Amino acid sequence: MTTLDKASNSNWTIVFVCWIIASVSTLGSLFFSEIMEFPPCALCWYQRVFMFPLVIIFLVGLFPIDKSIIKYALPLALAGWGFAFYHYLLYSGFIPESIQPCSQGVSCSETYLDLFGFLTIPMLSLVSFSIIIVLLYILKRRLSK
Amino acid sequence: MKKQFIVFISIVFLILLFVLGVNIYKTQQAKKYGFLAQENASTFVRDYSQTLGSDDAKVYLVKFSDPACETCAAFHPFVKKLMAVNQGKIKLVIRYAPFHDGADYFVKILEAAKRQGKYWETLDIMYKTQRYWASHHNPQPQRIWKFLPNAGLDLEKIRNDMNDPEIAKIIQQDLADAKTLNVRKTPGFFVNGKPLPSFGSKQLQELVESEISKYY
Repeated sequence: MTTLDKASNSNWTIVFVCWIIASVSTLGSLFFSEIMEFPPCALCWYQRVFMFPLVIIFLVGLFPIDKSIIKYALPLALAGWGFAFYHYLLYSGFIPESIQPCSQGVSCSETYLDLFGFLTIPMLSLVSFSIIIVLLYILKRRLSK
Repeated sequence: MKKQFIVFISIVFLILLFVLGVNIYKTQQAKKYGFLAQENASTFVRDYSQTLGSDDAKVYLVKFSDPACETCAAFHPFVKKLMAVNQGKIKLVIRYAPFHDGADYFVKILEAAKRQGKYWETLDIMYKTQRYWASHHNPQPQRIWKFLPNAGLDLEKIRNDMNDPEIAKIIQQDLADAKTLNVRKTPGFFVNGKPLPSFGSKQLQELVESEISKYY
């Protein structure tokens, strides 16, 4: 019984960490747009569309711990990761600017933030989505055992 | 520990962190930009406005002036002296309030001179020779042309540039801002957005000094 409890606790912690990451990312992106007043570009918006709901989904899935959380959260995280990865490629110049989708308004390749010389906003987004995906994958493996 | 409690504490912590971040960021910005971080700063300083002094200066001295106004001319050396005494601490911003009849003519010349990089030279010449062309009994705006070569200007280019609608727009915007800020007489001074308690060079000096002591 105790081992089962322990396992369930670890599963809970994994979802909890996912929720923390989604919350920090959400608040962080709101900080950039609302407080520092960096206008979010189109690609940023697509990533936000997939990040913001994760905060609620993970929170609901925590009480009580719901195993089907993977089914709902993973598709969102994967879609967000796709946009983040594309944005990252655009940002770092692997994809030429000429084919970027948002020609009007805010440029998606303009650098607003450059922490420690390598940490940019698209990179933060990519890292968040990646960690969430990895954690959900670990959870899936644990549950299928 | 109860799970609900952990999540609750996390939410509180995250929100506090956010609020703290907002505060730190705002204080930092206020320190960095001083007066310019004020919400209505753009009413006092437009992007196109002619400025003099260091970008790091924390005291913004905004002067709504009219090239044909005698008091503006009289105050010009005084303001320059204030800036020289407080080297690097004052940024002078020239805004236009051409209230005298036909005074926008001179503003247009001044803005055209700016395109030749001779703004301050031209303003100096204007103020020095003002009595010859802006006399109240007998204003003769055309006579200013005689003096303009002293500022090293290409007069042909001035005549072309001064009718640019962009310049007319600048004058309109400045007049609109003057109205918003309740400037009815020239020169109208604002020090970091604060108007003079009453008009006078002594009051101007005191206000500038009190703002300097706030930031330095």
